[in-house]
Amino acid sequence: MRIGVLALQGDFALHAKALQRCGADAVEVRKPEQLHDVDGLIIPGGESTTLLKLMNEWGFVPALEKFHAAGKPIFGTCAGLIVTARDVTNPPQLSLGLIDVGVERNAYGRQRESFETGGTATLDGRRVPIEMVFIRAPRIRRVGPGVETLAAHGDEPVMARQGSVLVATFHPELTDDPTVHRYFCQMVKGREAPSA
Amino acid sequence: MEELNGLRLADRKHIGLAEMLKGGVIMDVTNAEQAKIAEDAGAASVMALERVPSDIRRDGGVARMSPVKKIQEIQKAVTIPVMAKARIGHFVEAQILEALGVDYIDESEVLTPADEHFHIDKFAFRIPFVCGARDLGEALRRIGEGAAMIRTKGEAGSGNIVEAVRHMRALVSGVKRLTSLGGEEMMAEAKNLGAPYELVRWVAKAGRLPVPNFSAGGIATPADAALMMQLGAEAVFVGSGIFKSSDPARRAKAIVQATTHFKDPDVLVRVSEDLGEAMVGLETSKMAEKDLLQTRGW
Repeated sequence: MRIGVLALQGDFALHAKALQRCGADAVEVRKPEQLHDVDGLIIPGGESTTLLKLMNEWGFVPALEKFHAAGKPIFGTCAGLIVTARDVTNPPQLSLGLIDVGVERNAYGRQRESFETGGTATLDGRRVPIEMVFIRAPRIRRVGPGVETLAAHGDEPVMARQGSVLVATFHPELTDDPTVHRYFCQMVKGREAPSA
Repeated sequence: MEELNGLRLADRKHIGLAEMLKGGVIMDVTNAEQAKIAEDAGAASVMALERVPSDIRRDGGVARMSPVKKIQEIQKAVTIPVMAKARIGHFVEAQILEALGVDYIDESEVLTPADEHFHIDKFAFRIPFVCGARDLGEALRRIGEGAAMIRTKGEAGSGNIVEAVRHMRALVSGVKRLTSLGGEEMMAEAKNLGAPYELVRWVAKAGRLPVPNFSAGGIATPADAALMMQLGAEAVFVGSGIFKSSDPARRAKAIVQATTHFKDPDVLVRVSEDLGEAMVGLETSKMAEKDLLQTRGW
């Protein structure tokens, strides 16, 4: 199983390590044509404005739309969530609209307001503890009818899924907790299985 | 707080913000207008300072933290993280920057040092610090004080990459050397490096620093940025190189592209076309010791 990590800017190296711990081959993706060689893609944390500029420069937007239309799983964390969301505020900016959520950028404040906490996710019907690190994090302000909330902080969703798209406002790749990456690898594997 | 063999490190969320900046460019800006140009070019963060290093070098005088009003204007103008420089040892400038909600403090040799003996106790703050280093020992001393990111110093405001290369090579080979040592050699090595023993042991085992390592001081072209990335930098700081060039917006964008695609010469060719004039560089080997910024701090 080969999973790409969009390596234009951000914490792609830690995502690659987390994938390797789950037994997947991690590939750094810097050009759209590399998407043909991977079964799933992680869009990492970083600066979403920077990511969008670099994506536009190299024609990633149509390539990712095609990737998604082919049913290949995508996992976006933090900035990766912002670029995949349906709509973005604070300020409004273009996004791919691959998952029907509304996201507010930098919604907790600046770095001084970044925080860590423990929480619970519901994955495949089981409740599991997860470690969550929020860094200048966005907040999911709206969840569309087709979207399943997988984890919450207080009463706010922080991890959600719609079909082949998984998103989180926090950074599982900064922890040694493999739960979330393992879940994404299962999504990729589950999709591979029927055609194999 | 992270614990390594009982050694305290910066908080995971603070080291984490440095992780988010990897593969990116942090650009020096002195006002909101420059900050906007930097953000539009794709900067991952901006660094607020009173004057860019080449102007500090030219005009002399005491270089201090950026005026509060300028920092607030910059914070209003952009959504990317805003860093700001404080003088080495000037913990009250750092307190002001913390109260302003700056995202990262650069305890920087580019400003005139406030304390000749002591750096800031970085654990006393709720926001992270980046510090400069010329070699492994200096990097580990700063990490031991709580720095969440290291940047090799280079020679700020020189437009000459040679010092940045020297410092990055020294750091990388210092780490490599540690990995080849036996357990009985660790204490002597810690003494030679002037670095915390537990940190020396951790680096020897991991083969890397426990915080991200970026490059600064002398980057003036896309090729310079790509060179530092190929030598092992995980992101780059660009100071005078952008706003002292003839076309800052275009050069800023080119350096962003070159930092992402640092291993791809075809991209480097494309982004290096029609850039206009780079800043004028200085021959650092002919500079007097007193004119060097890199020797500030210890």
